[in-house]
Amino acid sequence: MPTAEPLLAVRGLIKRFGGLVATDGIDLDVAEGETLAVIGPNGAGKTTLIGQLSGDLPPDAGSIRFAGVDVTALPAPARSQRGLARSFQITSIFREFTALDNVALAVQAHAGHSFRFWTPAFTERALREPARATLERVGLGARADVVAGTLAHGEQRQLEIAMALATRPRLLLLDEPVAGMGADESQRMVRLLRELRGRHTIVLVEHDMDVVWALADRIAVMVYGRVIACGTPEAIRANAEVRRAYLGEEVPA
Amino acid sequence: MRSRARVLTLLAGLLALGLVPLVAALTQQPFYLDLFRRIMIFAIAAVSLDLILGFGGMVSFGHAAYLGIGAYAVAIPAFYGIHSGLVQWPLAMVLSGLAALAIGAVSLRTSGVSFIMITLAFAQMLYYLGISINAWGADDGMRLARRSQFGGVLDLTNGYVFYYVVFGLLLTLLWLGNRLVHARFGVVIRAARSNEPRMRAIGFSTFRYKLAAFGIAGAIGGLAGALLTNQTEYLTPSYMHWTRSGEIMVMVILGGIGTLYGPVLGAVAFLLLEDVLSAWTVHWQVVLGPLLVLVVLYARRGLWGLLPEARRADG
Repeated sequence: MPTAEPLLAVRGLIKRFGGLVATDGIDLDVAEGETLAVIGPNGAGKTTLIGQLSGDLPPDAGSIRFAGVDVTALPAPARSQRGLARSFQITSIFREFTALDNVALAVQAHAGHSFRFWTPAFTERALREPARATLERVGLGARADVVAGTLAHGEQRQLEIAMALATRPRLLLLDEPVAGMGADESQRMVRLLRELRGRHTIVLVEHDMDVVWALADRIAVMVYGRVIACGTPEAIRANAEVRRAYLGEEVPA
Repeated sequence: MRSRARVLTLLAGLLALGLVPLVAALTQQPFYLDLFRRIMIFAIAAVSLDLILGFGGMVSFGHAAYLGIGAYAVAIPAFYGIHSGLVQWPLAMVLSGLAALAIGAVSLRTSGVSFIMITLAFAQMLYYLGISINAWGADDGMRLARRSQFGGVLDLTNGYVFYYVVFGLLLTLLWLGNRLVHARFGVVIRAARSNEPRMRAIGFSTFRYKLAAFGIAGAIGGLAGALLTNQTEYLTPSYMHWTRSGEIMVMVILGGIGTLYGPVLGAVAFLLLEDVLSAWTVHWQVVLGPLLVLVVLYARRGLWGLLPEARRADG
């Protein structure tokens, strides 16, 4: 467990949908600079957890502290302003804008207010240049002027990451970044995430265990809305309960 | 970045509008002056609706409310002897802008069909308020004793002067609107229409921007209302009736949702059709209906969108 105050501290997070308890008292710490992977079977509450961390879903109980401040009551935009950025499990981009416009919007969101009615935004260098640099960083530099909706699926996923990065986040919440990708695209994404790793604090929800083993400093295992184990990849691999509940192995008693 | 066809159409169209008074004078048909002034007034209303409907994705079905408030803001002061346009017109914009902010503050908490219904309900409330106030004409309305006065500078009783005032206001609106939709503010409301959850995730509190857009559109709608009472020299609560909101919306859809110049084209097409066809039959909407269906089915960006498109749709 981290010794300094964690960048993100989650305590007793509960979210119910009717009779279903999607997250059932989750405690989680994420230290500055580490990559925490959240794994678990479908319906374990991983995306519900991300939704509560990003501010899209209000929790029924519990608290979320981010960078030393209680952000439990803050809506998503306010959390983004404090340095929490997310990507979506189902690609969420501005489809009719170009890739560069997409990223420039993310830059604009963190470059003062937008009650500006006169100067064209899509030629503002202060927005375009950081946006272009971020696109280069995720490997989309050559695709800057392509309308985002016509990009390949893998490229759209990269664009999601670029938009998150362009907000200059302290914490990246990545919800299944390689979902639906082919082998090549998936490898490219893992390479990208490997570069971000260490330079950014990352909470990664992922099904693909190869990706998890490749990236995670620590792994939290969720089953039925609870974190049943949290530790280094080695510890999780060796954990009998995890193997029984999730990795689906027969474990001799 | 607009294509050449669009620029040419735009310039030709505006030039034609500018020359209408000349034609009217030469042919001694002042009727055209009246018709095209009316068209431009509705064009102003349609452009303002499209700012929120097309660019902002806020399907307001109550835009006639602002038209009505603007009309009352001219007629009521006039009723009490205040004829100065410098009082009436700013009052029309401020009051309708404030009303839009209030209506928007409630409506924008909903979306989809609820949003449409709430904006419609607010407009109908104002309509029923209008027909119930006996002092200001109730459902009969009131005659406007005099058109708005601008000292000795502009004499609106002169149809030509009034025409060019409306023309100038329309041009100004298109110019400012063009700046607005490409500036940071416009980009925010366009992107919020495209993908609101994404906007919030990257850090935009979209509500305040959408509300501001709503207020701006309301204020411009109010100006159109002020012009409209001056045009008809009459005030009637029917300016606020929901069918009027529908007509303005039809102009936007016909001309091109999410374009700046499309609604102008839509207002021209709608009111000319009305004028021409209603001479033949009172059931002129029998023709309008199928036409609208065709436009919705085959021209996503309306008549304006039928013009060849450049790399980026931005008109």
